[in-house]
Amino acid sequence: MVGNADLFVNWSRKSSLWYLLFATACCGIELMQAGASRYDLDRFGAVFRATPRQADLMLVAGTITHKMAERVKRLYDQMPEPKYVISMGSCANTGGPFYKDSYCVVKGVDLVIPVDVYIPGCPPRPEALIDGIMRLQKIIMKKKNVYGAKA
Amino acid sequence: MEAQAIFDTLKGKFGDAVVELKGEGCTPAFVVVVPASVKEIAMFLRDDPAFSFDSLMCLSGVDYKEKFAVAYHLHSMKHRHAIGVKAFLPRETPSIPTVDDVWPAANFQEREAFDLFGIVFEGSKDLRRILLPPDWEGHPLRKDYKYPDFYHGIKV
Repeated sequence: MVGNADLFVNWSRKSSLWYLLFATACCGIELMQAGASRYDLDRFGAVFRATPRQADLMLVAGTITHKMAERVKRLYDQMPEPKYVISMGSCANTGGPFYKDSYCVVKGVDLVIPVDVYIPGCPPRPEALIDGIMRLQKIIMKKKNVYGAKA
Repeated sequence: MEAQAIFDTLKGKFGDAVVELKGEGCTPAFVVVVPASVKEIAMFLRDDPAFSFDSLMCLSGVDYKEKFAVAYHLHSMKHRHAIGVKAFLPRETPSIPTVDDVWPAANFQEREAFDLFGIVFEGSKDLRRILLPPDWEGHPLRKDYKYPDFYHGIKV
């Protein structure tokens, strides 16, 4: 019985992954492409939201500078639980081409907020982004989160 | 107008404030001037009808290790000619008069040079950091810049 409730809750969550549109660099172009008609992220229940208060998933698409990192943290804090983060592209994963000798770029968004799925690529193709979202859906399906039970 | 002719006119008008013409092979060649008189020279280059340099294409800071420089690239829409103007500043006190009342576009570029090199533009309307956060310490494009370990708790 508990297992079935988990299944239902997780299925609901993974099927309505509304993501915060958060594009800071060229990965944002691929993100837009993935959301547009050819790749159509709506098929997975993922539609973009322009406000963190309605978003379940933060797609960090692009380079994060130290000046931006504080805004990233604030947006993440404004999102309601349960919340997930996908780090998209080399810059968000590790700093990418700015890893060495850059004073202003954060060397990976995981230094600022916790990340669930990393997508490599510079920038990743929309297929890779869809793969990342499907991997996140698999992660969500394994969660044990019946109310009252420890997650 | 050719660079040599521009230099000769400036030399005749400003004398010792104009040091030399350099940069053979550069496009454009540049005139080295004394920092203190850069504003009068800029005003003259803009207003004189034979020059009418109405466009400041680029204003850059340069770090030569033992000294700094500010380079101005000027272009005239009317005469279709260009010239560079360069002023060398001592490393200890890098300061130069602003040209943002000659070309208003200079303000953002002066702020960038101030932000990344620490060059002070005296009399500027609004000299703040433009790219880095306001509480950043140091000027990162200086050759002797030491990276901080952390900024607001995040590793740099």
